[in-house]
Amino acid sequence: MNTFTLGLVVVIYLLLTAYLGYVGFRQTKTSEDYLLGGRTTHPFIMAISYGAAFISTSAIVGFGGVAAVYGMGLIWLTFLNILFGIFIAFIVFGRRTRRLGRRLNAHTFPEFMGKRFGSRGIQTFIAAVIFIAMPLYAAVVLIGGARFIESIFAIDFNVALTFFTVIIAAYVIAGGLKGMMYIDALQGGIMFLCMLFILVMTYVKLGGVMGAHQALENMAELVPEGLRMKGHQGWTSYPAWGSEWWWTLTTGIILGVGIGALAQPQLVVRFMTVKSGRELNRAVLVGGIFILVVTGFIYTAGALSNVFFHRQTGQLAIEAAGGNVDRIIPLFLNSAMPAWFVYLFMLALLSAAMSTLSSQFHTMGSALGHDLLGTLFPKTRTNGMVITRLAVIFGIVVSMVIGYKLPGGIVARGTAIFFGVCAAAFLPAYIGGLFWPRTTATAVKWSIATGIVASLFMLVFMHGSESAPLGICKALFGRDVLVEQFPWMLVDPIIIALPLAGAVLIAVSLLTKHESALDV
Amino acid sequence: MFGINSCGIWLGYLLAVLSVLLCVWYGAKKWNKDDDSAADDNWDSAETQLNENL
Repeated sequence: MNTFTLGLVVVIYLLLTAYLGYVGFRQTKTSEDYLLGGRTTHPFIMAISYGAAFISTSAIVGFGGVAAVYGMGLIWLTFLNILFGIFIAFIVFGRRTRRLGRRLNAHTFPEFMGKRFGSRGIQTFIAAVIFIAMPLYAAVVLIGGARFIESIFAIDFNVALTFFTVIIAAYVIAGGLKGMMYIDALQGGIMFLCMLFILVMTYVKLGGVMGAHQALENMAELVPEGLRMKGHQGWTSYPAWGSEWWWTLTTGIILGVGIGALAQPQLVVRFMTVKSGRELNRAVLVGGIFILVVTGFIYTAGALSNVFFHRQTGQLAIEAAGGNVDRIIPLFLNSAMPAWFVYLFMLALLSAAMSTLSSQFHTMGSALGHDLLGTLFPKTRTNGMVITRLAVIFGIVVSMVIGYKLPGGIVARGTAIFFGVCAAAFLPAYIGGLFWPRTTATAVKWSIATGIVASLFMLVFMHGSESAPLGICKALFGRDVLVEQFPWMLVDPIIIALPLAGAVLIAVSLLTKHESALDV
Repeated sequence: MFGINSCGIWLGYLLAVLSVLLCVWYGAKKWNKDDDSAADDNWDSAETQLNENL
């Protein structure tokens, strides 16, 4: 790859980013501007920003690689992302959130929940959970981005991590949510065009839609024995019912990530950035198309890369990538796409990481500055925007320090853990706050605590993917998982923790006095 | 369908496309509609009234 050309493309991209960050900075005058973009965001920008913050590099490279190994079953994740992550999120959750958020004058997710139930305790509790958990998630995305820069520019990992963090920090701190959302729109646009191009080129290379699919279907007999034992039936088939891979795909990836998106604080806050319900209606149209193209197209191209590699080298995609799932998509692009496109795709991956990271930095900074410090020390509210900016810096430093310490190979797992814990902790309480007037503040606190404790218990003692590397269960009980009977070690924590947190919310609400701040 | 025989897969694609069409249809149909404006106006007037009374 020509480093000069790549460097030039990245410099132009960074100049555009700096310009949009500056525009956001000029338009940010108040705390409401900094935290919510002044509640006047254009629906197109809101929808693309939501999608870009949602889809990180691991969703593109990681899940694209997973599709290359296990096949087109990942399209179900795209379906749930569109149905739950866009349609239901915007229309059912978003409209009420925007309306209530405006009525309550809430600027963040913790403040929204706290004011909804008239409880500062809830606001500080949720803010503390976000500020403790989110730096870990941000750190894994940071590592992913820095590793990517390290490999492309052949520079030291620590230099890459510092450089990457400083760039994002600059526009989050200066431009606030306005600057971020403008930049998200640019980044989302690059991601959209790249994924569109990849799928079109893949079909052109492989002999059209029917020809490519048929060729992949015909490769079913080439599935390696190890994968066949796990339930792999070919790249154009869903895994065998009840098999190891069926449980992982269905509960962990499709349900976990698909439903987990509904209660992500950094996404929920975007509903409150628009002026009226009309903007959300328009954003649904844009968001649905964006998610289909950005996720569905890369999963399909990932699965079809097997046909390409088999024709070119006689190998499966995973074999051509030397057994590294994360290398499949970059290798496929390098081998199958024109050289100029590879440069553009690098920007798409940088964009995916930067848009997700900026939303994380902003959310954890506002949780500390606005919700924790602003509630515990009300005098700080007079300098709200300055305090929040300082808190963003603090959150970024914490994430960066964690990023230096975390081991490699943790990106996909860290993302899935955060999505799962967020959904179990916040989703029942959020639904109760929006739709069930009988929900009480006490029940919300118990539900959030239950979701967190149940998720952590499952991660440490039940779910093999996390409990085995953590080693706590092994140290205490002499085995990797508490229940070794199939399929319990494969059931994603969200499947247990989310219903449990929901049941606690209902039971405690019915058992405690109705003390809600307002009826919805 | 489109060279894919497994119903577990083409059903996934079909539902993904249908869900996008649902988003497009809804967004286009409600492009200029704001079902929430009446509620917003009511809250605004109620709040103004409340502030005046206070």
